[in-house]
Amino acid sequence: MEAALLKGLYEKVLTIRRFEQSAREQYRVGNIYGYLHPYTGEEAIAVGTINALNPDDYIVSTHRGHGHAIAKGHDLGLMMAELFGKSTGYCRGRGGSMHVANLKQFNLGANGIVGGGIPIATGAGMAIKQRGTSQVVLSFFSDGAVNNGVFHESLNLAAIYHLPIIYILENNQYAASTPVESVNLVEDLSIRAAGYGIPGITMDGNDAVQIFTAVQEPIARARKGKGPTLMEYKTYRHSGHHVNDPGVYMPQETMAYWKAKDPVDIMRNHLISAGVKESDITEIDQRVEKKLEEAVQFAKESPEPSAEEFLAEIPVY
Amino acid sequence: MTVVKYREALNAALREEMERDPLVFLMGEGIGEKGGSYKVTDKLLAQFGEKRVIDTPISEASFVGMAGGAAIAGTRPVVELLFVDFAYLVMDQVANQVAKFNFMIGGQGIVPFVLRTQGGIGNGLAGQHSQSLEAIFYHVPGLQVIMPATPYDAKGLLKASIRSDEPVIFIEHKKLYLAEGDVPEEEYLLPIGKADIKRSGKDVTLVTYSYMTLESLKAAELLAQEGIDVEVIDLRTLVPMDMDCVLQSVRKTGRLAVVHEAVRRGGVGGDIVSNVVEEAFYDLEAPVMRIAGKNTTIPFNVNLEKLCVPSVEEIVIGVRKVYAS
Repeated sequence: MEAALLKGLYEKVLTIRRFEQSAREQYRVGNIYGYLHPYTGEEAIAVGTINALNPDDYIVSTHRGHGHAIAKGHDLGLMMAELFGKSTGYCRGRGGSMHVANLKQFNLGANGIVGGGIPIATGAGMAIKQRGTSQVVLSFFSDGAVNNGVFHESLNLAAIYHLPIIYILENNQYAASTPVESVNLVEDLSIRAAGYGIPGITMDGNDAVQIFTAVQEPIARARKGKGPTLMEYKTYRHSGHHVNDPGVYMPQETMAYWKAKDPVDIMRNHLISAGVKESDITEIDQRVEKKLEEAVQFAKESPEPSAEEFLAEIPVY
Repeated sequence: MTVVKYREALNAALREEMERDPLVFLMGEGIGEKGGSYKVTDKLLAQFGEKRVIDTPISEASFVGMAGGAAIAGTRPVVELLFVDFAYLVMDQVANQVAKFNFMIGGQGIVPFVLRTQGGIGNGLAGQHSQSLEAIFYHVPGLQVIMPATPYDAKGLLKASIRSDEPVIFIEHKKLYLAEGDVPEEEYLLPIGKADIKRSGKDVTLVTYSYMTLESLKAAELLAQEGIDVEVIDLRTLVPMDMDCVLQSVRKTGRLAVVHEAVRRGGVGGDIVSNVVEEAFYDLEAPVMRIAGKNTTIPFNVNLEKLCVPSVEEIVIGVRKVYAS
């Protein structure tokens, strides 16, 4: 793989990591409130899959969705401002952390309902079929979503209509705090794809390069009109379900195993193996730090939404 | 003008909009070869093909959600929910996703989503195929709710719904599909959110919609024979509601009755009455009245079924009381 591409993947993975850390800090000081679900530990999945897309391909994200938005190239300042509830945010402060969307970059949005985005993604696939373009959709969801009815219905619908969708199952092994093995009798959730007559593949979810390489085939298949694929990526959150969940139910040895496979470290090692100079890596690190500082500053300085403007939009009847 | 059936008017609306705009497509159970359970999509498969007239499996939550996703992604889907009773299967996608989507993303896009369905009692269809559930949709911010009573209104409002950039819940009535009425040969659209005074009168304002409009008009004719001149307002659209029309009429008559088939408890009628009391209390000369479905599950037995929804006779008795007090 070319060094430029590797550097790009590293920068995205690191940006997500640092964005989540910054968001957590801003939450602690009260600039962000409500729910905040960090993507920390899962960065490689968003980066590996979304970097394999064209700019006009769609993504549909989840409540743990900052990583998908950053991988799609969203502006960090506009994202942070949305998390702050500011008028300059992507959703003018009406969505917050769980609902970041940017239609101009074909991100149809995150979702506060687990599994709720799967039919929307499937519908975006139908829209592509109606228009006859070669776009594809990445539908992100978690292991928690696979026991929701719409997961099953939607995979079947996408299968029978041959829709250009790659269903991205981010198996972080907990539905909030419920361990995946306690609510599923199968080891690999991707085997459910067989029930709908589509390919299902399980792989490790912490190496962005591996993910980027392996997702090419299902994307190409979808573009050719051959229908959807279910990709399952096994990974692990580096913390609880949301910032106020200490994650006491996550065994220390399991955490240690997954932290030893940190997606940021893995990408950094890829760069070193490819002969990228330490100074080049440092330059990326510094650029990311600067962007995050600017994003937080922008969010802090942005105005609150106007109450008058908001109230004026509400119909009486 | 040509006399057509309600279902034919709906069929013509779908055909015309699909001919006009290649991004309009249909999804639903048995809408293709079969032409829909009530024949609203009759012959559309032959004209537009499988790509645009899509038969679905019985996966209501997901195919309704798909229509939402397809709308967000730039097409104009019209999805058919066979019975409004199945609303309970799809409410996350309708209320949490479709209705809120554009609000929650700060108004970045449009959601030209139309959900067509039908409700009301038929003839012994029992409790899960006879309900009137408009109040559920009415309660959810972000949805337009349309319930036409005549072929003319059905066609003009369905065409307007398909061209609307905001989600529409379009609820037909199974007892209206064979009802006939005049429809112009030339193309027309009707504005969403405008009530129609189906009968002018000076004594009592009767506000209604959907099938009960026909029953109310029959009641008004009987009442006219007694010298009670009833103004029948067909709301046509519940959200946004044309309260200007209702208030103007109430200010003229000083008397109000609201008629709907849906159960009385938590019904739209209660809200209409509240709006009138808040806005025009001192114009009222008599207590207002709701003539509505009973607070019960619809029974199978047809004689019991009849007791559950307002009859012409009940409307006559109710309006008489409003007039006399």
